[in-house]
Amino acid sequence: MVKITVDGKKLETEEHLTVLEACLQNGIFIPNLCFLKTRPHPHASCRLCFVSIEGYDRPITACTERVRDGLVVKTDTPEVRALQRSAFKLLMSLHPCNAKLCPTEKPCLLMRIAKHIGVGINPKPLERINRGLPDFVDFGSLYYVPNRCVLCARCIHTCRSINKRPLLTFAKRGIMTMVAYFSSGNDSEVCSNCNACVDICPVAALLPKSAFINFLEAKETHA
Amino acid sequence: MGERSEIGDRYETLRRRIKEELENEQNGVPTIRITMSTCARAAGAEETRKAIEDAIAAFGLSAKIIPVGCLGHCYAEPLIILDYPTTGLPPICYHSVNAGKARLIIQSYLQESDPAFEYIMGAMEENDLIPPVTTFPRFGLEERIVMTHCGRINPWDIREYIANDGYSALAAALTDLPERIIDEVEKSGLRGRGGAGFPTGRKWRLGRAQESNRKVVICNADEGDPGAYMDRTIIESNPHQLLEGIAICAYAVGADTAIIYIRAEYPLAVKTIEQAIREAKAYGFLGERILGSDFSLDVKIFQGSGAFVCGEETALIQSIEGRRGMPQHRPPYPVERGLWGYPTIVNNVKTFSYVPSIINKGAEWFQSIGTERSPGTAIFSIVGNVKHPGLVEVAMGTTLRTLIFDICGGIANKKTFKAVQIGGPSGGCLSEVFLDTPIDFDSLTQVGAMMGSGGMVVMDEDSCMVDVARYFLDFTQKESCGKCTFCRIGTKHLLDILDRITRGKGQEEDLKILEDLSRDIKQGSLCGLGKTAPNPVITSIRYFFDEYVAHVRDKRCPALKCRSLIAYYIDLERCARGCEACVGSCPVEAIFTTKGRKKAIDQSLCVKCGECMVACPKEYDAVLRVSPPELAPIIERPPMR
Repeated sequence: MVKITVDGKKLETEEHLTVLEACLQNGIFIPNLCFLKTRPHPHASCRLCFVSIEGYDRPITACTERVRDGLVVKTDTPEVRALQRSAFKLLMSLHPCNAKLCPTEKPCLLMRIAKHIGVGINPKPLERINRGLPDFVDFGSLYYVPNRCVLCARCIHTCRSINKRPLLTFAKRGIMTMVAYFSSGNDSEVCSNCNACVDICPVAALLPKSAFINFLEAKETHA
Repeated sequence: MGERSEIGDRYETLRRRIKEELENEQNGVPTIRITMSTCARAAGAEETRKAIEDAIAAFGLSAKIIPVGCLGHCYAEPLIILDYPTTGLPPICYHSVNAGKARLIIQSYLQESDPAFEYIMGAMEENDLIPPVTTFPRFGLEERIVMTHCGRINPWDIREYIANDGYSALAAALTDLPERIIDEVEKSGLRGRGGAGFPTGRKWRLGRAQESNRKVVICNADEGDPGAYMDRTIIESNPHQLLEGIAICAYAVGADTAIIYIRAEYPLAVKTIEQAIREAKAYGFLGERILGSDFSLDVKIFQGSGAFVCGEETALIQSIEGRRGMPQHRPPYPVERGLWGYPTIVNNVKTFSYVPSIINKGAEWFQSIGTERSPGTAIFSIVGNVKHPGLVEVAMGTTLRTLIFDICGGIANKKTFKAVQIGGPSGGCLSEVFLDTPIDFDSLTQVGAMMGSGGMVVMDEDSCMVDVARYFLDFTQKESCGKCTFCRIGTKHLLDILDRITRGKGQEEDLKILEDLSRDIKQGSLCGLGKTAPNPVITSIRYFFDEYVAHVRDKRCPALKCRSLIAYYIDLERCARGCEACVGSCPVEAIFTTKGRKKAIDQSLCVKCGECMVACPKEYDAVLRVSPPELAPIIERPPMR
């Protein structure tokens, strides 16, 4: 066991854990989107889990730092919050929140993060970016909603570890980067419809087609 | 000990045999060395070579044509170096030799023994008759280590490298202990030339210390900065020096596999290095039991598919493993767990190319060149508005002023210097006040630029710094792998704001957002690409703030570059009555004839392409630009008859 201090609280945690895991296990919330316990190497892409650790001159991501004895962590310094808010606003500039039409359970993870770090869910002062992407993309038995996706890659990792084959992947570059599906034309051969990707998605960017039809109906009623 | 001296003997015998072989082949026959690197081919070296061959055949001469790499003087390509020993003259270098000139030179020199003085650039050696090239600042102020043989030896013939003591460092290294090689490299203070400047010796020592049944050496030749071509030129000009450096590194760290990751967009470099590997294997410098020692090394080529981010070492490794090239969080560093999980030492082309000289001449010699914390030389590909662009190798500590104004001849077309962008898209734009900054890793980082891999873009007064920042951000945004939030989305916001400013739609708040967001992207990004992507924005705001203010507040582009903020008009005082030169050049028929039979531009039709400015004859120079566009005089179109 290892002793660490988080926000003045003394914790005892297992060795080999990351700071993020140790905090989450002890009920201390640190904003995160791309973290997955099953990943052998931290993806470290969402850039939300910044913490301040004594001995470092700048905030570092909690998912990439392992616990060790005597580590002193602060999760809410002004520098940490500034970076988290900046990253969160960037994400929200691509994620037009439409709570009424969004099938996530409320409050969704993004709302929780917004509340935790003390910002609204709008990207101000940044402007919204319209990438001109379609509302949804056909992924065989699923639909993918690119404007909701935060590219945490949880679906990609989960699908690969369950199916032992890469069915989902990243495609394109820069701001146009999105998740794509390798289709062989005969989808029943490829996707096992396990829906693991749907369950792991924090922002409902992947939906089974049946659920999507309900969603479209709801949208029409709403309109 | 027996085996050790055997390696040396074996090498010595080989070198002596090759020297004799080459001397016999030359045998008093004139040799014509012609630069055949990518830059020379673009300038027409293939036609020149054909012309030389035809001329030799037509005049019935006997001469040997030898292709060489790049001398670094890209402004004067194609170059030929003619050595006609029986005349008693030294080898002579001719510049800008097109097919016609080539024929004349061959006829004049080889047939009539008159060296055609009017085309000479200089003699390659000291002599009494022809001024040597070393009197030129471009040759004289340079200090060459890596580029010593570039453009002088045939990269397609290993024997020329060996005849110049090539592979002697490898032979010496193989008779020594790996630790001692690492000591030497560490003592030399060599820092990685890929950008970050990590001490090479320390990296190798870390690699050596790893316990593993297998280790890998990777040469990073995925050069992708706009305007940078150092690695390409070095590979095309002296591939064996690189291979020798790689082999020494592999021996020192205990690796049995080396991979050269080179971009597929460099077809000539790929072919050159492939041929070099084949030759080196045939001569026993690569492959099984090198020079009869116990050390074996398998060198492979891996061609990158054109993703800029694959120059980042973890993305590069992902790419070789067959995955999408996306950087990973470090640690673990590749030297601990890299390609296929094995300890992997990744170094740049230039870094490896220094190694043979360091082994041959010693760490102290290398330390004596350059500055204390950045020993050795810096290699830059200098492009943009300088008179003599090309590849330059100077001692570290040389100032930017010497490099730009003395070595590269200053700013072209009688314009004035405005800025220099160092370190590729992730570097910074420095203004005139920084011209006396010495070139070394730390000084450049201190002023907000970076050594980078060695791309340098010089800009004159006509460059708009907001537009330059926008250009580089457009590049990094397109090349972002899309993995982390800050780089993927943050650079897009920077780009959008810069774009807005160049279109005259910027607000004063935008400058604050640019600064804040740049700081966050720098601090929050996952890999080096994101961490350095805002540098062009940060430095251009810091050193050219006035220009941003002019764009935002006055809707004016001081450099008269941003299309939305300028107007073209014709100065009626200068316009020549009856001249129609501009009329035909206008793609939208915006130019009309005034009452006084001069020309004017209809601003409502003009698309600001600038063609009329090009078309207007130099002696009139009547087309002018003005910013903001409202300042353009309004001239009524006469009613149609």
